[in-house]
Amino acid sequence: MIAMNRNNLLSLENLKVYFYTEEGVVKAVDGVNFIMDKGETVGLVGESGSGKTTLGLSILRLVPPPGRIVEGRVLFDGMDLTRLSENEMRKIRGRRISMIFQDPMTSLNPLMKVGDHIVETIMTHEKILREEAIERARLLLEDVGILPERFNDYPHQLSGGMRQRVMIALALALKPDLVIADEPTSALDVIVQYQILELMRKLKQTYNMGLILITHDVSVVAEVADRIAVMYAGQLVEYSDVNSFFNKPLHPYSEALLESIPNIQLSDKKLKYIAGAPPNLIDPPRGCRFHTRCPYAENRCSEVEPQTVEFERRRFVKCFKYLR
Amino acid sequence: MIQVKDLKKYFPVQRGLLERVLSRKVDYIKAVDGVSFEIKKKEIFSLVGESGCGKTTTGRLILRLIDPTSGTIIFKGRDITFLRGEELRRLRKTMQIIFQDPYASLNPRMRIGDAVGHPLEIHGIAEGQEKKRIVFETLKKVGLEPPEKFYNAYPHELSGGQRQRAAIARAIIVNPEFIVADEPISMIDVSLRSKLLELMKQLQEELELTYLFITHDLAVSKYISDKVAIMYLGGIVELGSKKEIFSNPSHPYTIALLSAVPVPDPSVKRKRIDLKGEVPSPINPPSGCRFHTRCPFKEKMCEIEKPYFIKISEDHFVACHKPFSLNINQHYI
Amino acid sequence: MLFPNIISFILRRLKFKKGVKYYFTFAGFIIIASFISMALLAPYIAPYNPIKKAGDPLESPSFKFPMGTDGLGRDILSRIIYGTRIVLRVTLISMVLSFLVGVPIGLLSGYAGGKLDSIISLFMDSLYAFPGLVLAIALAVMLGPGEISMGISLTVVYIPTYFRMVRGETLSVKENLFVEAAKAIGAKDRTVMFKYIFPNIIPSLPIVLSLNAADAVLTAAALSFIGLGITAPTPDWGFDLRMGYPYLTSKIWWPSTFPGLMIVLLTLGFSLFGEGLTEILNPRLVRK
Repeated sequence: MIAMNRNNLLSLENLKVYFYTEEGVVKAVDGVNFIMDKGETVGLVGESGSGKTTLGLSILRLVPPPGRIVEGRVLFDGMDLTRLSENEMRKIRGRRISMIFQDPMTSLNPLMKVGDHIVETIMTHEKILREEAIERARLLLEDVGILPERFNDYPHQLSGGMRQRVMIALALALKPDLVIADEPTSALDVIVQYQILELMRKLKQTYNMGLILITHDVSVVAEVADRIAVMYAGQLVEYSDVNSFFNKPLHPYSEALLESIPNIQLSDKKLKYIAGAPPNLIDPPRGCRFHTRCPYAENRCSEVEPQTVEFERRRFVKCFKYLR
Repeated sequence: MIQVKDLKKYFPVQRGLLERVLSRKVDYIKAVDGVSFEIKKKEIFSLVGESGCGKTTTGRLILRLIDPTSGTIIFKGRDITFLRGEELRRLRKTMQIIFQDPYASLNPRMRIGDAVGHPLEIHGIAEGQEKKRIVFETLKKVGLEPPEKFYNAYPHELSGGQRQRAAIARAIIVNPEFIVADEPISMIDVSLRSKLLELMKQLQEELELTYLFITHDLAVSKYISDKVAIMYLGGIVELGSKKEIFSNPSHPYTIALLSAVPVPDPSVKRKRIDLKGEVPSPINPPSGCRFHTRCPFKEKMCEIEKPYFIKISEDHFVACHKPFSLNINQHYI
Repeated sequence: MLFPNIISFILRRLKFKKGVKYYFTFAGFIIIASFISMALLAPYIAPYNPIKKAGDPLESPSFKFPMGTDGLGRDILSRIIYGTRIVLRVTLISMVLSFLVGVPIGLLSGYAGGKLDSIISLFMDSLYAFPGLVLAIALAVMLGPGEISMGISLTVVYIPTYFRMVRGETLSVKENLFVEAAKAIGAKDRTVMFKYIFPNIIPSLPIVLSLNAADAVLTAAALSFIGLGITAPTPDWGFDLRMGYPYLTSKIWWPSTFPGLMIVLLTLGFSLFGEGLTEILNPRLVRK
């Protein structure tokens, strides 16, 4: 795509992540190009099987076997993360790039007090005194809205929402440049979800970190993100700023998606649905992967894969409709 | 069609042997704590609330999958509160359920055709070739075509959306009058949800069904319901027609919920009600109004007295000492 | 016919697949199959009559008597071959009986729960608490020697094993949503148990059966060894092991060793089969 400049934080170049399973090769991420700036929040949207979680994991080289990064580069701060050794990656994880997972129950050590967990994390990566680390941990917990008396609680004593806040605190403990959050609010109720999103908005300002928010809920992206990246069948089909996107989405899939979700503010919006089903990633359709379900499909859509086009400034779409 | 009066379900908290020996006192989880409402024939009635509010338990109580602790359930004029055994089994022909998890609600060792056709066998409606014919017809109705292919398939060969359709087929095959749909689309992919909702709406018209639609998703509830009841901590806090609830919400909790739902439009700026604290434990619900511990507008009375239902309009009731009025609530929605 | 179908089904599943677990299961299967064939073909492959004197006593293994002769001059090889019949007969029959009693009770008890479950479990657990061999000995003493009483003791000893396993599985399968769905459509309890719960328990059964068989072979041999099992002159490995025991000090190894070897081999066969099957059906987490 475009060469990285000083403002860029992360750049993915033609990233391919395949899973070698017994049934065949699952092309979970198939040639993704992506750039994001420092301090930007990008919502990575897609349905189950779109490859969004795999993409997030691949940035940190956490893709489980039988998956591996097959091709492409992950450029971060002048380094290609795909070329680093495991030791070097360990220094990056948690410190420069951290990750928040979906289910806080299984991600927190049930035998460790939450305060201690944060302290340990800090002390593993930084050479400071324990008292200093404890103080920082306290401040962090305060930042994420957890009362100081809960420092010594165990995860099971906290509610789902509070555990997720702890996860966020852990992710921010070492002041990373980039945080990847994988469906951080999907397991939470509406009110808690709103509170967590509020928190993330606030922390964005204070910490000024880059945030990739992976979710299937487009509305969540509208609340928090600056830019939105839409994934379908392992590919990035649209990438633009949030306002333009919701005003007028470019890709037919984006369009169809927005028309199929209920909007609580609009009365009597007739929900449309997308015909067909998401494609098989072992044997994706020839040409454009969405063509079998696309109302605008033409002949060439079933033969050749469309290139990604820059429709307007910083609005990218992968569709023949925009290729002249 | 359905009348529920002061329905309660208390679950005793499991205690270890030592505890049971040492003390007599038993704690109860007051999952459903005095719920009353009516569902009219051919209505789509939504029960909306966050996890733990008791909506799923209420659905199961109405269907008599569990026994109530107290209260009354009346189905088509008949008191079914303590119905048991053979009579209850026969009642199942007229009331069915669609579960939330399509991956768990179908027997993995039963072919779809057998699973969908089983109710016919149980209630002695059809057998053999006749049964097969009806199953084929029903599979077509829910969009599982060609029916032969799906008849012989096992659940693991189907996608989530297809499995849910099979579950729907199983529910409608005996021509029930009432269906409880317990979060039927929350585990389905986003782009396939509207299709399934459309199917459910279509079937409702075709088969003259009455639905109890349980969901946590207000937007979906707004789309599909005729009537809505908002539940919190085992009780209903607001109840009314879809139009009334969404355009004139009166209970602070309802407004908090509505203002918290994310909207796919970044330009929208709303005023929000921020709730402090967490949902209290259902073992020890707060005194007076169950919501007062988190209500930003609470007053002394709210801690002491339980609010009765105030009638806002013909089909709009709210359980609050100080419900919102029509002008103020517009800022939040 | 069912038998060839089962064989080909198993062979198809096991062949050409990589991994230790498949080799285990296949090896176990071969061993078991060999013993079964040996038992079935006994009259055709045994060189001598197992209960008649064929040569001089305690002749060492030779071409004429590949496993030598025992203290009464009987060919050990023939006794081994015919002994297979006894072992398999007693073991398999008692296993089948235990199964037929333990499984339905376990299913019922697990499904019913409550007081009924508590009472039955209490009874079964007390039975299970006895070390299998001790219980078998106690029963055999009460019932006297002989094949039938040995069969009965074995049956009783293993009923709790099947009961516990099936009850455990029933308790966990019972919690599944599709069981609730079955009740919601109006199925009778009987239907729910046999059409919805039982089919989901079946995968775990072959494992219990084969591991149980391994245990049963050893227990049966032990009973005969003590003299509480099969009576002379019927060829039986445990019994022959006992008969050959006194000669060991004189370096006459063959009357004991061959029966002992057979016991170990058959037990191994069942164990390999069962363990391998466990791995195949319930794979452990993949290591990185």
